Amino acid sequence: MTTLASDTTQVQPLTAAAATRLLVLRNYVVYRDAWKLFLTGFLEPVFYLFSIGIGVGALVSGFEVGGKEVSYAAFVAPGMLAASAFNGALIDSTYNVFFKLKYVRLYDQMLATPLTTGDIARGEIAWGQLRGASYATMFLLVMLAMGLIDSWWALLALPAVLLIGFAFSAVCMAATTWMRNFQDFDKITLVQLPLFLFSATFFPIDTYSGPVRWIVECTPLYRGVVLCRELTTGTVSVASGVSVAYLLVMGVVGLLVVRRRLDALLLT
Amino acid sequence: MAALTLSASRDLPFIEGVRRQVDYWAVLWARTWRGVVVSSFLSPFLYVLAMGVLLGGFVDADPDVMEGATSYLAFVVPGLIAAHAMQTAVSETTYPVMGMIKWQRIYESMLATPLGPRHVVGAHLMSVALHLAATCGLYALVMAPFGIYESWWGPFLAFGSQVLCGMTFATLVYAFSTRLRSEEGFGVLFRLGVFPLFLFSGAFFPVSNLGDVGGSVARLTPLWHGVNLSRMFALDNVTWWLAGVNVVVLVALMLLGWRLAVSGLTKRMLS
Amino acid sequence: MSDTLSESAGQRDDAPATAVDAMIVARGLRKSFRQSSGASFEAVRGIDLEVRKGESFGFLGPNGAGKSSTMRMIAAVSPVTEGELRILGMDPAVDGPAIRGRLGVCPQEDNLDQELNVFDNLYIYGRYFGLPKQVVRDRVGELLEFAKLTEKAKSRVEELSGGMKRRLTIARSLVNRPDLLLLDEPTTGLDPQARHLLWDQLFRLKQAGVTLVLTTHYMDEAEQLCDRLVVMDKGVIVAEGAPLELIRAHSTREVAELRFGVGEHGDHAEALADLGERVEVLPDRLLVYTDDGEEVLAKTHERGLQPLATLVRRSSLEDVFLRLTGRTLVD
Repeated sequence: MTTLASDTTQVQPLTAAAATRLLVLRNYVVYRDAWKLFLTGFLEPVFYLFSIGIGVGALVSGFEVGGKEVSYAAFVAPGMLAASAFNGALIDSTYNVFFKLKYVRLYDQMLATPLTTGDIARGEIAWGQLRGASYATMFLLVMLAMGLIDSWWALLALPAVLLIGFAFSAVCMAATTWMRNFQDFDKITLVQLPLFLFSATFFPIDTYSGPVRWIVECTPLYRGVVLCRELTTGTVSVASGVSVAYLLVMGVVGLLVVRRRLDALLLT
Repeated sequence: MAALTLSASRDLPFIEGVRRQVDYWAVLWARTWRGVVVSSFLSPFLYVLAMGVLLGGFVDADPDVMEGATSYLAFVVPGLIAAHAMQTAVSETTYPVMGMIKWQRIYESMLATPLGPRHVVGAHLMSVALHLAATCGLYALVMAPFGIYESWWGPFLAFGSQVLCGMTFATLVYAFSTRLRSEEGFGVLFRLGVFPLFLFSGAFFPVSNLGDVGGSVARLTPLWHGVNLSRMFALDNVTWWLAGVNVVVLVALMLLGWRLAVSGLTKRMLS
Repeated sequence: MSDTLSESAGQRDDAPATAVDAMIVARGLRKSFRQSSGASFEAVRGIDLEVRKGESFGFLGPNGAGKSSTMRMIAAVSPVTEGELRILGMDPAVDGPAIRGRLGVCPQEDNLDQELNVFDNLYIYGRYFGLPKQVVRDRVGELLEFAKLTEKAKSRVEELSGGMKRRLTIARSLVNRPDLLLLDEPTTGLDPQARHLLWDQLFRLKQAGVTLVLTTHYMDEAEQLCDRLVVMDKGVIVAEGAPLELIRAHSTREVAELRFGVGEHGDHAEALADLGERVEVLPDRLLVYTDDGEEVLAKTHERGLQPLATLVRRSSLEDVFLRLTGRTLVD
C-alpha cells in the first residue's frame, strides 16, 4: 500500500446506461457459477406444457381462439410463456430484491458508490429482463419444434414477454419496498397463484360470465396471456394494442414508485 | 459415537426425548400458523378450483380412461391432496432443517442437552406429521360436499395414504438436507425433483397418457404410489394387491429415509 | 491531489472561505428522524466541525450519541435536516454521486456481497466507480495483499472470519483511492489480535496521506488513531481536541482504581474524597483522580481500608467522557 498513488486513474461519472450495465455485470458474475440453477429455471414452463398441455390435453378437445380452432397444447403454450415471464419477474423482484434490500443490505453498499437508487432499480429490472428473454427464447423454440406456432407474429412474442416482465418487475419491486419481513411474502403467494391459475392460462375466458369475466379481463396477467396467445396463433387484433398499452403504463408507474420508495428507505 | 448412542439409549427413551421438545414446536407453531394456513390450504384449494372445476368442465370424463372417476374433479382432487402432502413435507424438511443446522444453529443447542439426534429428528418429523394431518384432514372436510368420495370409509383411508405419502417424502428429504452444505441444492431438488413429480405422477392426468415407457417410469416414483392409493380409496375403486404394493413401497422408503435422516444428522452434528 | 481539491472547492461561490484545505465543513448540522409513532427524534442537534486534509479525525461517544447519523450525512446517503454541510467542497444534496466517487466508506456492519467471492467483491465494487476493468483488476491484487487476503481470493464471504471480513470491507473502501475514508466503528466485535492488525493497517493509510474519519466507542482506539477528536453525547459535541489535550484539560495525570466488597463503594467514596481532585463511584469500583496514584493507595491503607484489588493507571479518554457526561462509554 505504499504505492497508494501509483495509478492516478480518476473516478469517472457514470451514465445511467453504464450504471445499469454494471449492475447487470454484478448479477452475471453471481449467476456464472450457478448456471445449473439458471438452466433448470427454463424447464419449469416446459414441464407445465408437457403435463397440462399434453397429458391433460389428451382429455380435452381444442379451443377456439379469434375464430380459429387450435389444439389444447397450442392454447396452453402461450399461456405458459406469459406466466413464466410473470413468475420469473415476480421472484426476481420480490424475494431476491427483499433479500438484497433488507437482509444483506446490498443496496446500502452500492449507494456508498456513485450509483443512485434509480440505477439500482433500472439495473435489477434489466437483469430480470435478460434472464426472462433467454428463457422465453428457449421456450419459443420448444413450441416451434412441437408445431405449436402458427404465425410469423410469434416473433413479436419475445418483445411481448419482455414487456410482461418489465411491467411485473417494476410493480412487484415497488410492493417489496413495503414488506417488513419474510412472513409478508405469504401475501405475495395470495396474489401470484390466483393470477397464474385464473388468467385464462388453462381455459378460455368465456368460462367466466358477467362481472367475474370483466374483472379477469382487467387483470395484468390476463392481458399478457392473451397478448402472447394472439401472437403465437396469429390472431392479432385491437385488443392486442390495448394489452400493450396497459402493460407499458403499469411498468412506468411501477418504476416511478420504486425510485421514490428506495429514496425514502435507503437515503434516510 | 458409540458412547453417544449408548448414553442416548440408556438415559433417554425415544418418546421422552420427543416429549421434551413439544413446547419448542408448540411455540414455533403459534408463531407461524397463519402463513401455514395460506400455503397449505389456500393454494391447493385454488388448484382444485382452476383445474378440477373450471378446466374440468371441458373434460369428457370416461370412467374407463379416468381410473374410475366420473368427473375430472373427482379424479384430480385425491391426487392433488397427495401431491400437496409431498410439497408440504418437502418445504418443512428443506430450508427449516438447513436453518436449524447452520443458520440459527438450533440443533446445536438441542444436542448440547441430553437429547440425541434421533430425538431431534423424531420431534421435527412429528411436527411435520401433525402439519400433514391438519392439512389433509381439513382438505377432506372441505371436499366432502363436492361429491368426490364414493364411500364413507374412503376418505379415512385416503387421508391415511396422503399422510403416509407425505411422511415418506419428509424422511427422505430430511436425510438429503442433513447432507447438503449449501442451500443451492434445494433449488435443484425443487426444479428437477419435486416439480416434475407434482406434474407427472398422475395427479393431473392418468399416467397411461404418458405412453408405455413414460407410464412405467411414472409408476416407479414414490408420489405415484401415494396418488394412486389416495385415489383408489377416494373413488372406492380399490385393487387390493396394488394397494398392498403401494403401502409396502411407501413404508419401506419411509423407514429407509428415517435411518438415513438420523445417520445424516449424527454425522453432520456430532463428528 | 490538493490541486483537484482546491479546484473543486473553488468552483462553488458559496463554498466557505475555510474550505480550501477542508475535507469536511459542518455548521449547525442537524438530523431528525420521524419515528413510526409519528414523533420526531433528533439524533444530531446542531454540530459544527471541520476536518482538514491528511488529518485523522474521530467521533467518540456511546451508542446513540449521533455518531453514525453524522457519518451517514457525511457519506452523502442521508439528507441533512438542517444546517450546512460541505464534503470536499461540494454539497451532498446536489453532488451526491460526485462526492461518493471520492469517498471510501466502511460501515459499522459489514455489508459485503454474500453472493460474490472475495475477489469479485472488490472487483465489482470497484467497477461501480466507473473505473476501467484493468485498473480495477490491478488495484484488487494490491488490495488483497494489503488486507492479507490474497490466499482467500476465491473464497466465499461466509467462509471468512470476522476479522477477515472487516479487512475485506476496508480494502473495498479503498478501491477508488478515496481522498477521504469514513470508518464507522472499524474494530467493534473483533478480537484483540485482529484489532491490532487493523490498527496497523489504518495507521499505514494515515501515513500515506489518506484523510481518516472514524467513529468509535473505544477510547484506546481513539487514542491510537486520532490526531483530533470530538466527544459526542446525545447529539451534541461536548468537547473537541487532540486526545492528550482533552485528557489534560478534563482529567488528572493518573487514576487510582479501588475495588471493595459489593455495596461498599458509596461509603468509602466519602472517606477517600479528600485524597484526589475528584472521586467517581462506579458499580464495581472507585476511581480517584490524582496526579500521584501510588500516594493515594498508600494513604488508603494508612486509613485502615483494605481494597480487594487496586490499579494505578494514566488517565484516558474514558475518564474524559465520564467527567463530561457522568456516564461510562461502554455499558
